[in-house]
Amino acid sequence: MRLGLMAVPVAFFAVFFAHPVVAIVGRGLKADGAWQFGRIGEVLTRPDILDVLWFTTWQALASTALTLVIALPGAYVFARFDFPGKQVLRAVVTVPFVLPTVVVGTAFLALLGRGGFLDELAGLRLDTTVWAILLAHVFFNYAVVVRTVGGLWSQLDPRQEEAARVLGAGRFAAWRRVTLPALAPAVAAAGLMVFLFTFTSFGVVQILGGPAYSTLEVEIYRQTAQLLDLPTAAVLTLVQFAAVGAILAVHAWTVRRRETALKLVDPAQTSRRPRGTGQWTLLGGVLLTVLVLILLPLGVLVERSLDAPGGYGFGYYRALQSVEASGSTFLVAPLEAIGNSLQYALVATAIALLVGGLAAAALTLPQPRTDSAGGTPLAERLVRGFDALLMLPLGVSAVTVGFGFLITLDKPPLDLRTSWILVPLAQALVGVPFVVRTMLPVLRAVDGRLREAAAVLGASPLRAWREVDLPLVRRAVLVAAGFAFAVSLGEFGATVFIARPDNPTLPVAVARLLGRSGELNYGQAMALSTILMLVCAVSLLLLERIRPDRSGEF
Amino acid sequence: MLTLESATVLFGKRSALDAVDLKVADHEIVCVLGPSGSGKSTLLRVVAGLHPPDGGRVLLDGADQTGVPVHRRGLGLMFQDHQLFPHRDVGANVAFGLRMHGVTRGDQDRRVAELLELVGLPGAERRAVAALSGGEQQRVALARALAPRPKLLMLDEPLGQLDRSLRERLVVELRTLFARLGTTVLAVTHDQGEAFALADRVVVMRDGRIAQAGTPLEVWQRPASAFVARFLGFDNVVDATVTGAAAGTAWGKVPVPDGSPQGPCALLVRPAGVRLGSPEAGLRCTVGARTFRGNHVAVTLHPESGPVLEAECPLRDTPQEGAHVGVTFDASETVVLPAVF
Repeated sequence: MRLGLMAVPVAFFAVFFAHPVVAIVGRGLKADGAWQFGRIGEVLTRPDILDVLWFTTWQALASTALTLVIALPGAYVFARFDFPGKQVLRAVVTVPFVLPTVVVGTAFLALLGRGGFLDELAGLRLDTTVWAILLAHVFFNYAVVVRTVGGLWSQLDPRQEEAARVLGAGRFAAWRRVTLPALAPAVAAAGLMVFLFTFTSFGVVQILGGPAYSTLEVEIYRQTAQLLDLPTAAVLTLVQFAAVGAILAVHAWTVRRRETALKLVDPAQTSRRPRGTGQWTLLGGVLLTVLVLILLPLGVLVERSLDAPGGYGFGYYRALQSVEASGSTFLVAPLEAIGNSLQYALVATAIALLVGGLAAAALTLPQPRTDSAGGTPLAERLVRGFDALLMLPLGVSAVTVGFGFLITLDKPPLDLRTSWILVPLAQALVGVPFVVRTMLPVLRAVDGRLREAAAVLGASPLRAWREVDLPLVRRAVLVAAGFAFAVSLGEFGATVFIARPDNPTLPVAVARLLGRSGELNYGQAMALSTILMLVCAVSLLLLERIRPDRSGEF
Repeated sequence: MLTLESATVLFGKRSALDAVDLKVADHEIVCVLGPSGSGKSTLLRVVAGLHPPDGGRVLLDGADQTGVPVHRRGLGLMFQDHQLFPHRDVGANVAFGLRMHGVTRGDQDRRVAELLELVGLPGAERRAVAALSGGEQQRVALARALAPRPKLLMLDEPLGQLDRSLRERLVVELRTLFARLGTTVLAVTHDQGEAFALADRVVVMRDGRIAQAGTPLEVWQRPASAFVARFLGFDNVVDATVTGAAAGTAWGKVPVPDGSPQGPCALLVRPAGVRLGSPEAGLRCTVGARTFRGNHVAVTLHPESGPVLEAECPLRDTPQEGAHVGVTFDASETVVLPAVF
């Protein structure tokens, strides 16, 4: 039964993930039919590659540290304080997470870049420094920390800390001895997710890094698309694969530790209005951070998109409607990219829901308990491996996947080179981990004894699943769909390879516009990014309304 | 109705059920009583088919249930914490089993209304499960289990989570209801008061085995072992050796009923059989803690020799804490139990 459910996701991953990645790595590392593993050593000792590896690692570490420092107070405030507008604000800080990386890059370019907001205001330009990248990463990942850590924090029983206080611990000691140990696994898990996202960062660095800074993923893109140096790209893909594998392994371990029994309570009962100057200052500080770090870049992005040469107006938006205005950047009017993107993203969402939903169902199916004595360590390990496999697309080079699609899905029986389905397939690959991660905790939380109650009342196993599990996870399915939609909409690394020139997606169109010089292109990029941001933000705000009240992983 | 033949369940090396034989006749209410970990919940799960036995058989109406899945056994089970479906209202919860059995819509509605009436919640169909109090949830769970007219209704700690007064009232209601409907019931509980009030027959379990089975009166009057006696709340149990009409114990000689088996044994003295007198006669004791129990007082006594004794005194004659008394024993309130090894 479980194996049956796993068949579809496994096949999907084999054909559209493993096969392309293996093929492209093979193409890079095979010469005359023999594997050339010596190339790995050669590439990894090149000084320019070492620079890339070093930069990738330290910027990821720095971004993670900075994100934790800035976002942990936010997590506390959202967990423990009640203030007007909290729900809206919680949704607002989540918007960046579902924004396409390209939009994030563009927004920070508008804020910190040449002729940007700060440049005009104070003559300050950061787009050539690493700070632009770090700040963009914080912007992007703030919600990961607030949601993962804050979600757990809000469910920790404050009476635990009170018990420590009564036993003689000071305010800080109580926090350090009671709350921190309970939070540590969540902090570690959030930190690792941020590290993973920043380690494999592509769109942001591509736009803000300029020639000076490049991460592994950007370098893979450069080696593949510009230098056509497949061996180097293959080696770098393997390096990234190994690093991501290690990060995910550690992440899985911390998540398992997080599942150790904590006494959780209803979050509604743990928060209260701030008291005293200290707490009001903390709240003010967090609100200011959100304002400067999250609202300002988005605001500037909108402002720039309206700042047409003849005064504020919708000039750039109008220019999006015609082919000529784009100066032959496109074969079609950029505005058509919106329609394309939405259609692609919808198809990708459907695929991701099917594959991810089946996978999550397989992972949570009740254990067959016939041979409890002998145990099923093999099956258990298989399932765990499957769980980890589903996370891989989050970290494996999207550029590699995209390029791999081009070279493997080009011959019968699977000749999809000219098919529109190629783009949604690639996007769905990135959406699946989000679907699985959103649905797993909810499915796991369904009390097995409810299913037993249904069975005793005469429901067959399938019927029991339909009557008990399905209604309980309906909202989670909607949330998962929303995430998959937003992520598909913003997918850039793989799409940039496989989107055809006459059918660009929004992120690809934005990147192309930014790649051209001229005020009109710049303005159009801002306008398109604004549209993309609005689509993502609206879908997210809709999600927040139906989101089940619990601590998910995203 | 129900027959268990040497049903065995192993959790690793430990046996949760150790070759248990049990019969439940039609219209009988059997209550399995035991401390937690004695295997009583496992027993219900095996009968329901939620846990496959590692050995032995379950028969319903003479038919072997091996290989029959849970949903085809036609049983009712009321879970310990009710397990009402949180996403359905009261009516839909009660109708669930009927729907599974393909009962038509109109018949469902009629039966639901009838059952809610029966459990004392008429017209509650549209109420949300989350809005019910503990006692109401209990009633809905009962209605849900009864709705498909199960051959055998099983109750897992049916009143466990309710407060004392509600529990005492509901036990009487349940017994009256089952008697009226002629339901065959197998219940498990750790509360002896609940078991004695509900059951026609009580089965005491210990470590996966049946320690004693009998009517509540039999079990109460003649516990089969020191374990059963202690589990029923009797603490005056000592090693003894019977010679003639008296037993030699750490408390001295204690008279036993006529015809008691001779030789080493465990001896139970019910608190009512501990008589207090002047310190000059009998076993000299110091009076310890006193607990008021309504119409009598439970007194803890520290004898000069032997373990602590518990005695029952009328309110008026209760000695002061720290006073010295002399204790004599009443033969009719002592029970000779098999020796403890």
